[in-house]
Amino acid sequence: MKELITGNEALAYGAYLSGVRVGAAYPGTPSTQIMEKFASFPGVHAEWAPNEKVAMDVGIGAAFAGTRALVSTKHVGLNVAADSLFYAVYTGLNAGLLIACADDPGMHSSQNEQDNRNYAKFAKVPMIEPSDSEEAMQFAATALEMSETFDTPVIIRFVTRTSHSSSVVDIDPDALPPPAKERKPYKREIGKFVMVPGNARRRHPVVEERISKLREYAESTPLNRIEPGNDDWGIVASGAVYQYAREVFPEATFLRLGMVYPLPEKLIREFAGRVKKVLVIEELDPFFEEHLRLLGIQVIGKDVFPIVGEFSPSLIRQAAIKAGILPATAPVSAATPAPEISIPIRPPTLCPGCGHRGMFTVLKEAGVVVMGDIGCYTLGAASPLEALHFCGCMGASIGVAHGMDKGGIPDRLVAVIGDSTLFHSGLHPLINTLYNRGNTTTIIADNSTTGMTGHQHHPGTGYTLQKQPTLKVDLERMVRGFGFSKVDVCDPNEMDDFRKILEDHLKGEEASVIIARRPCALQSREKRTPPRIDPELCTNCGTCLDIGCSPLVQDEDCVSINEAMCTGCGLCVQVCPAGAITREEE
Amino acid sequence: MKKIDYLLAGVGGQGTILASRILASAGLEMGYDVKTAEVHGMAQRGGSVESHVRWGEKVHSPLVEHGMADYLIGFEMLEAARWLTYLNKNSVTLINRFRIPPPLVNLGKASYPSEKEIENLLQSRGGTVKWLNATDVAEDAGNPAMSGVVLLGALSNLVGGDQEIWLQVIKRLVPARFVDMNQKAFLAGRDAGRD
Repeated sequence: MKELITGNEALAYGAYLSGVRVGAAYPGTPSTQIMEKFASFPGVHAEWAPNEKVAMDVGIGAAFAGTRALVSTKHVGLNVAADSLFYAVYTGLNAGLLIACADDPGMHSSQNEQDNRNYAKFAKVPMIEPSDSEEAMQFAATALEMSETFDTPVIIRFVTRTSHSSSVVDIDPDALPPPAKERKPYKREIGKFVMVPGNARRRHPVVEERISKLREYAESTPLNRIEPGNDDWGIVASGAVYQYAREVFPEATFLRLGMVYPLPEKLIREFAGRVKKVLVIEELDPFFEEHLRLLGIQVIGKDVFPIVGEFSPSLIRQAAIKAGILPATAPVSAATPAPEISIPIRPPTLCPGCGHRGMFTVLKEAGVVVMGDIGCYTLGAASPLEALHFCGCMGASIGVAHGMDKGGIPDRLVAVIGDSTLFHSGLHPLINTLYNRGNTTTIIADNSTTGMTGHQHHPGTGYTLQKQPTLKVDLERMVRGFGFSKVDVCDPNEMDDFRKILEDHLKGEEASVIIARRPCALQSREKRTPPRIDPELCTNCGTCLDIGCSPLVQDEDCVSINEAMCTGCGLCVQVCPAGAITREEE
Repeated sequence: MKKIDYLLAGVGGQGTILASRILASAGLEMGYDVKTAEVHGMAQRGGSVESHVRWGEKVHSPLVEHGMADYLIGFEMLEAARWLTYLNKNSVTLINRFRIPPPLVNLGKASYPSEKEIENLLQSRGGTVKWLNATDVAEDAGNPAMSGVVLLGALSNLVGGDQEIWLQVIKRLVPARFVDMNQKAFLAGRDAGRD
């Protein structure tokens, strides 16, 4: 049966069909739907872990127990999980462990564009890379076989354009549901599973020997193949980029690498020997290029194709034309000169009714130094709110605020972190602030969900990924339990309340926590009657526009409200200095 | 089998992803190989979004090349204009006569181009521009949020495919309680597009 599905969904299917029964992940664009899809299959256990390291340990544990497991993460999540990945390469597993990792070239929704192929070499773990959904499904099966044959985790690499592209897969309805796979028996093996130095010293040669064997495997696996064509140009490519290059160079000979690491050196030499020139087309780092150069093969690579940003067929074609590799085609020129009009940018913004808006409006007014974190509230850095000074990575806000405080910034330092991000990696720095006699205020922007990635559950929501009711961690009791004595809870869109609490905390001489709680507007869908603006009273001062709420529109001599978009939260009513905006009686 | 490349442009939350799935699935039903590419996450929060949909005998890249789009489907006027570089002299732009002012315009720091300016811009590459009041048509059919399905209805006149194929795809991809309304919106778009 032909179905059109994304690479993320296809990977989940492939894992399920191959007998994977435990999955763990933390949501992160572009990887999120892998675990969401996997969780929908009958008979599996799938969970949102608080962070990727926990997810990795859960996956490793399940594989130790003898059940095939899936861990999925975005590229930067593998940084968080790296410690666990590295020990698992030494211990090996029992049943197969598949790690799906999605890079984000072009940074559609990320803080960097690190190339995680480097992790394969660094951790000494095999990595494979599908180029569309059909391959994502098939490669999952290959990866799990490889994992068990070589007793190692296997990383399957995606990029945004393989995760979030849909293409056709052939799903055999008779294959569903797949027969239960018998659990491999678990036995205690101290020398293999207890990584104290004495044992680890004996495991390292095992790791090296394994990689040598995988290098041999890479020579013969159908994941890698030479696709013969015109021998003027031989193109080395993998993943999404392979598909782009296929389109730009329909006649060329290709070395299509489905296995990114370790690389098949004999196959590469054979390929280089049969073409006149070798062109390496790869997004981000010169990973293949450096390896080919080490083999003494002359290549054209990053001297033509950029090291930064996302590739596309257009980009590859233009770069190749510029370098004289492809003949210049007639540019698609305008029939008439394009009129000079400016097209205003449209950056993402906080939704109407969002509690972060009230919070940032008050913080901006207070003029404090605010360290931000990763989530929807990162949008508080942008115009017109412009309330953040910093955003680095998940969980960084609290530690950086504490460090800036100790580093001599005289103002009271504030950290803003979301509820899901706090559970991810904010708890340790929060404890650190107490332990090391910090004097910062942490605001937990609690919208009771993981907002930016599309409303996933977390330990504070009371539900699991598979929608089972569970214990709901009470944030207030938790931070009081840590030892914070100055803790307040309020709705940040009730600006007077929030302002009073903030002022009180800023005057304090101790580390403190404000839980700014308001359910995500996009999830609650709460809609009240939009306020009214009295054009007689509106002085057109623009104060309400400075809260950056998209239903508020500057008209000729007055501001108006787009009633279809407005949720009626009433924030604009509170900021209008002229009293021109009023709530309708309901 | 001729390749057909589509670019769907709109504002996060307008339903470009659903529309691209319907369009791609309809192509699959008609016997094409199809691929799509879209962006999730941060960009969805009211920002510019674009989806690529490609039909062909055999499709490699999910991304459409600059100057190669056969159809640009603009869910919002400014967003259609933003993707000018994908057009060529044979392209057709199907554009919803609907404005969502971006933040800078709301703040009075930038101006929203006029309908005429946008039309001139989109025609500068030699292709044709077809306007549709898709949001109004969708509102008449039950909900203005269905403007994307209305646009697909109008598009279906141009790219073929039995009406029943489109209606079945909508039935399969839209939550059950919204199927009737979306099918109605599609047919209304199909009628409106014939004018």
